[in-house]
Amino acid sequence: MADDKDVLRDVWYGRIPACFTLHQDEVTEREAEPYYLLLPRVSYLTLVTDKVKKHFLKVMRAEDVEEMWFEYEGTPLKWHYPIGVLFDLHGSNSILPWSITVHFKNFPERDLLHCLSNSVIEAHFMSSIKEADALKHKSQVVNDMQKKDHKQLWMGLQNDKFDQFWAINRKLMEYSTEDGGFRYIPFRIYQTTGERPFIQKLFRPLSAEGAVHTLGDLLREMYPAAVPQEGEEKRLLVVIHGIEPLLETPVQWLSEHLSHPDNFLHICVVPTPSD
Amino acid sequence: MLCIVLWMLYRVNVSVLSTVDVLLKAVGDTPIMKTKKWSVDRGRTVQSLSQFIARFLKFDANEQLFIYVNQSFAPSPDQEVGILFDCFGSDGKLVLNYCKSQAWG
Repeated sequence: MADDKDVLRDVWYGRIPACFTLHQDEVTEREAEPYYLLLPRVSYLTLVTDKVKKHFLKVMRAEDVEEMWFEYEGTPLKWHYPIGVLFDLHGSNSILPWSITVHFKNFPERDLLHCLSNSVIEAHFMSSIKEADALKHKSQVVNDMQKKDHKQLWMGLQNDKFDQFWAINRKLMEYSTEDGGFRYIPFRIYQTTGERPFIQKLFRPLSAEGAVHTLGDLLREMYPAAVPQEGEEKRLLVVIHGIEPLLETPVQWLSEHLSHPDNFLHICVVPTPSD
Repeated sequence: MLCIVLWMLYRVNVSVLSTVDVLLKAVGDTPIMKTKKWSVDRGRTVQSLSQFIARFLKFDANEQLFIYVNQSFAPSPDQEVGILFDCFGSDGKLVLNYCKSQAWG
């Protein structure tokens, strides 16, 4: 269906305007101007911020520079979560451009993983795809691919080439009509509160009786508080790629169309804005 | 005294609920561990488990350890063992492969 294909393109080209500012404690030789950038929602912070790094290094001495990391209003931003997830989770109440603070020292070891080269991002990205395919197809599709197909998935993301990426990724989205969907839906539900970083469990696209499972069914099982009872005021928003999908949407459709390039459906549950 | 007994019962109870069985299997020429089956806190991260194995096997500081699930993918270092157990465990245990060099890319 033509319109469903358009969804893939819209998801891929989702952008967030951001303003990067150097943290006040960083030592510079002259004043550091902020740097503005359109961030791809489906990419990773450390993959798309080479220019940000170059910009700030111009005003810093080499001995004052350690690994670069990012923070929003006191929260260190995990580079290994897709940018769109970070924004929906931490920044969706922020005015645009999204104001991100840049650090070059005091790396928060407890909160962030190190990322000293793009190969670390590539390894993380490919592992996520493999984990997703373990859930979807018992790893059969990803294992049948050649090394060059894996490389093409990564190069597609790295170079922002939608067609290059989807030429391979469509194989990861296939399933037999008799199954009616993937084995399990690769999903993660993030929340700002609570001690667990995210919820991830086994969830099938169809019930034992063959009924289609919806986003509402998924939430009722994994995160009941996110689905308001009848007559109850809505306190939490369920956000994917910055929008609130209808709770009646089948999870299989969401998995095929609203998953990130890492093949996971990332769902953010955030408090309703109070204004 | 009663308080202490109750507290101990509570602790035992909590620990039963909050741990999972993990089977650690060496790959290739990576040294094996005599004890293979471990009871691991659900909230423990892959990174922390990997540090434990490296210490147990007396690895040098510069030696790396890779951990794989289902002989197919390397979980993120901050992934929790409990989640891996829920999604990839079978027969009441989670099988993790560990090795000194990259095995499954």
